[in-house]
Amino acid sequence: MNGVHDMGGMDGFGKVEPEPNEPMFHEAWESRVLAMVRAMGAAGAFNIDTSRFYRETLPPHVYLSSSYYKKWFLGLEEMLIEKGYLTREEVAAGHAMQPGKALKHGKFDLANVERIMVRGKFARPAPAPARFNIGDRVRAKNIHPTTHTRLPRYVRGHVGVVELNHGCHVFPDSAAMELGENPQWLYTVVFEGRDLWGADGDPTLKVSIDAFEPYLDPA
Amino acid sequence: MSHDHDHHHHHDHDHSELSETELRVRALETILTEKGYVEPAALDAIIQAYETKIGPHNGARVVAKAWSDPAFKKALLEDGSKAIGTLGHVSRVGDHLVVVENTPERHNMVVCTLCSCYPWEMLGLPPVWYKASPYRSRAVRDPRGVLADFGVTLPTDMEIRVWDSTAETRFLVLPMRPAGAEGWSEEQLAGLVTRDSMIGTGFPRTPGAPS
Repeated sequence: MNGVHDMGGMDGFGKVEPEPNEPMFHEAWESRVLAMVRAMGAAGAFNIDTSRFYRETLPPHVYLSSSYYKKWFLGLEEMLIEKGYLTREEVAAGHAMQPGKALKHGKFDLANVERIMVRGKFARPAPAPARFNIGDRVRAKNIHPTTHTRLPRYVRGHVGVVELNHGCHVFPDSAAMELGENPQWLYTVVFEGRDLWGADGDPTLKVSIDAFEPYLDPA
Repeated sequence: MSHDHDHHHHHDHDHSELSETELRVRALETILTEKGYVEPAALDAIIQAYETKIGPHNGARVVAKAWSDPAFKKALLEDGSKAIGTLGHVSRVGDHLVVVENTPERHNMVVCTLCSCYPWEMLGLPPVWYKASPYRSRAVRDPRGVLADFGVTLPTDMEIRVWDSTAETRFLVLPMRPAGAEGWSEEQLAGLVTRDSMIGTGFPRTPGAPS
């Protein structure tokens, strides 16, 4: 979707402000939100792409004015409600009012902690040969899906070069909508900065994205 | 510990919003617990693991080893996950870690314009600036301007390559080894490696300079 989360190239956000000796969490609740997201994802309530989609679909003014973990919290709460793991009445009451829904991988308990400290695996067997080779020129499609996608707006319509082939991976556009993993070839595609940003752009800049095969046409 | 009231005020938020958020987060945890989805002790353990097991020290040891061991460096650049997987004592690492090398001709910088993808296992949880709008919006268009915000200047003719982390691949920058650390042990070298130098928004420390 063409949401405010797709920020590459936008103006007006000001300077980057590094924080010296930044703490891991600025408030204790942030750590609880992180842990709940990790736990409920590992228990099978949602996949990583669905959780990203729920953050992206926050109203733009909420997305832009919420801290990072606040966005995580708002996305988590709404997603769990819509997926039937809790109800709005329970959220309003602050307590469970009916039994829980079965989780694909069961309750998240202490025995599950170790396994979530390494990222999940996203590579899958290839359903078809790769369409592109290293060095091929490709054009990012001019597409505007209203659902989740990982093709940022700033490259759409532009020509780049395939630099790396990462194999076949879970396709976020399908997985986010719970339409299955639909594995697709994944490539690093590199673009000239001036092709993206015009003649005034930095001539020394090259930008790459990792692009799934359905995002690309031969050029 | 994690349930303590912790009154560091984040500059973006006033106290009333924080209180409301804190109440809502607690309520959600109560519901998830009562419905039998999560065990609070398991949430405590997740937080403790993030606080103690991951962090830039993992990435720093990988970089120091690459500076010291040409065969490891070659393997690391060919397949980051596989090479780091051989160093059981350094860190566990997920699949698809791509290590990109800074050279006198090219500087690499990593961003996630769409969300906040970051090599957690190598660098820990990302800092606020990495997840915030200014960095995500400008890194792919004006990286030299972003670097200026960090006090970093590159030669005007040096190529800048920005890696936008749009999939489940993760990127770690291998910074150039600073001069003046000849003969240093891997452990000493690791002390020169900063988090930002592995994101590409900074350089390693200079030997002899105060850290």
